[in-house]
Amino acid sequence: MRRIGIDVGGTNTDAVLIEDGKVLRAVKAPTSEDVTAGILESLKSLGSTGVLDGRRIDGVMIGTTHFINAVVQRRHLTKVAALRLGMPASASLPPFCDWPEDLAELVRGGVWMVEGGHEYDGRLFMPLDEDAVTRAAQEMKAKGLRSVAISAIFSPLDPGHEKRAAELVAAVVPEAVITCSSDLGRIGLLERENAGLLNAALADLARDTIAAFEKAIADSGIAAPLFITQNDGTVVEARQARRLPVYSFASGATNSMRGAAYLSGLSDAMVVDVGGTTTDVGQLRLGFPREANSVVKVGGVRTLFRMPDLLSIGLGGGSHVSLDPVKVGPLSVGYRLLKDGIAFGGSQLTTTDVAVASGLLDLGDRSRVSHLDLETCRKVFDEAARLAEEAIDRMKTEAGDVPLIAVGGGAFLIPEKLPGVSRVIHVEHGDCANAVGAAIAQVSGECDQIFRDMTRTDAIAAAQGIANDRAVAAGADRTTLVTIESEDMPLAYLPGNSVRVRVRVVGDVAATVSS
Amino acid sequence: MSVRELSLDDIESLAVGAWILGTGGGGNPYLPLLNMRALYRDGHRVRLVDAADLADGDWIGTVANMGAPLVGQERLTDSLTLARAVTVMEQHIGRRFAALMSMEIGGANGVRPFMAAAHLDLPVVDSDTMGRAYPEAQMTSVAVGGLTPYPLTAVDVRGFESIVHKVPTWKWTERVARKICVEYGSVAATCQPPRTGAEVKKWGIHGTTTKAIAIGRAVRDAQRRHEDPVAAVLSVEPGKLLYKGKVVDVARRATEGFLRGVVRFDGLDDWRGSAMEINFQNEWIVAYRDERPLAMTPDLICVLDSVSGEAVGSETIRYGQRVTVIALPPPAVFLTPRGLDHVGPRAFGYDIEFRSVFGA
Repeated sequence: MRRIGIDVGGTNTDAVLIEDGKVLRAVKAPTSEDVTAGILESLKSLGSTGVLDGRRIDGVMIGTTHFINAVVQRRHLTKVAALRLGMPASASLPPFCDWPEDLAELVRGGVWMVEGGHEYDGRLFMPLDEDAVTRAAQEMKAKGLRSVAISAIFSPLDPGHEKRAAELVAAVVPEAVITCSSDLGRIGLLERENAGLLNAALADLARDTIAAFEKAIADSGIAAPLFITQNDGTVVEARQARRLPVYSFASGATNSMRGAAYLSGLSDAMVVDVGGTTTDVGQLRLGFPREANSVVKVGGVRTLFRMPDLLSIGLGGGSHVSLDPVKVGPLSVGYRLLKDGIAFGGSQLTTTDVAVASGLLDLGDRSRVSHLDLETCRKVFDEAARLAEEAIDRMKTEAGDVPLIAVGGGAFLIPEKLPGVSRVIHVEHGDCANAVGAAIAQVSGECDQIFRDMTRTDAIAAAQGIANDRAVAAGADRTTLVTIESEDMPLAYLPGNSVRVRVRVVGDVAATVSS
Repeated sequence: MSVRELSLDDIESLAVGAWILGTGGGGNPYLPLLNMRALYRDGHRVRLVDAADLADGDWIGTVANMGAPLVGQERLTDSLTLARAVTVMEQHIGRRFAALMSMEIGGANGVRPFMAAAHLDLPVVDSDTMGRAYPEAQMTSVAVGGLTPYPLTAVDVRGFESIVHKVPTWKWTERVARKICVEYGSVAATCQPPRTGAEVKKWGIHGTTTKAIAIGRAVRDAQRRHEDPVAAVLSVEPGKLLYKGKVVDVARRATEGFLRGVVRFDGLDDWRGSAMEINFQNEWIVAYRDERPLAMTPDLICVLDSVSGEAVGSETIRYGQRVTVIALPPPAVFLTPRGLDHVGPRAFGYDIEFRSVFGA
């Protein structure tokens, strides 16, 4: 099994080649404006030692922060037509009603609310007003809107009205890109609708970004299927990620934590990922990041996504350092480190300069930082360690000492000993942990259907069996499958103890015999 | 009448505090809060009045949504339907209300009277009939007081209007209204049996809106200052810290217009190795620690997000959440033998003698 993992970050594009569980090579290249060039550069550098020559690659896995950055920075977003099926209910809280006004201004192309939707038990709430949907579609067309988000009351239970409305819209606007909220999950109309609206807002960016990824892979001469990593540490084919980009929102953070688990061989530990500008602290449980507890807001929008629980602080390899008194961060030179840092001929003292001065890093020109004596360097490192220690302590859920895995390009800031930590683990290729996490992303299987004449336990077991089989068919190793989501909802209105069960399982990619 | 206008910030705090007093049920007040923000944006304002300032002969309308909180997550609450439940009652009894009141301060119903009040330009009394949230109509101070259990109006957003004209007991009010509510889709806007000013003064649970605002403000201030918000709740209310843990299983089913089930927790921090199980019928009813009953209704069992200090509801609690369980003292009216008949553990089908975590 040979896989390439790529992480397209804001600053660097990292790439790793993994063969039969070992990292053969890891490289970094600057991220380019058009994404493609940065990936091509990193793939070229990955292949420069001949590790790729004439060998089959089973898959290229890309993780990216592009989609979440677009929402946070309000850039590259598509105007969306919001169509809600549920009148006369919920009229006082229309789509976008709890969005930050600046983001709503950018994304809201129009709002249509028509009769439709279901009850909690599967009955009709109102018949779908098909004429009103068609009229809405004609108005969308007249306004030039092509990205449409459809939501309906209780659509996770019965997606019928959303699917029918999607057909009707497509009949009027054939080029429309349509997001149905039932594809995005769970009960909670407003939050599910918000996820659908965000997804629709990313339609153009997802199409262009994934096309750029595909072009980069094709141009590099690698013939392998392209997968995109998702928030939960699994991968989907590029085609599906283009349709549901919101699922790939937070994959960067998940990848780096999964990569840390893989490189260290530990499945339960704290992880500190020190980048150029920020440090993320999270916790691994059974090899996966612990999830955030409460409602997750993305760019100010309330959603019900499962996201890793992370604490971010302004500490990194590019953090500004002042000496009297000693202060580190939160400002950073970011991607300009190799120009603005003193060791590189610039004028801003950074944590990397201090590491060069103390001999910890061999970068730039050490003579430029010779004015920093060892005592000064120690004070700066102590301050960085204090910041990290505080963040780690806030994220810990147990009183005792725990192991800590330090990854990321700025991991040198994490000392070998920290209070509250049993041991600090620095791993080889730790600076590319996110690309490693992408390369080892898992395969999932899902079952979402209605079971009749069964107890709750039997229905869940049946759904689990189906999900397991689907994961294996998608390439998972059966012995590694674990259930990560299990949700059941009784449908009291339907006969015979009907219950709708949704189960999602994940597993490692099975090793192939021939390659 | 001494009347004070509430600011939108008061209502933001009310939403947080009412959710905590909801003891797992009552529905998240977030959606009523969104309605209130929109109403304030449109220029509406609401006023709060003390029960002591009511005239004995005033008529007071008690406003509440009835139903399964799960349904409220999809059929979003709206203010005009609530106002219609009130006007249908006024037409039915041929009298105008002098003020509105909460049936239950806990959860979304703690905010809903203000939604109706904004449209009807009526003040809201700083009292309710539960001091928390409960799932059934006979679980109120006015039912314990044996006040008249009818009439009741129930309206649906699609234009249905039903009146429960006469029933012999509060349990029948609950049974008949519940059937209507289930047929509507397990949600109905109701105006509860009308009360006089004298009845509210005698049987209302007083100062509860003010209390919810104080709890909510304590949590929001602690969040802003990055202090422990659970400790902040316990600093404004004489509560008890019971448990810290994380959710390991949630079994829920929607039956007879309720959401019932059980949540299991594994302990964290000082509670490591200790399991907790909480049974619910919309609200948290009985909490077992290591299989022994620890806290039970009418004590208020509040499950709070350990980080934000905000309440976690039975309809949204999920696997992996880290929570802190606290208890708050119940209204005195529920601690009498008659009160316990209405809302003690046996009223929910648990054969357990009531023992308060606050001592007998």
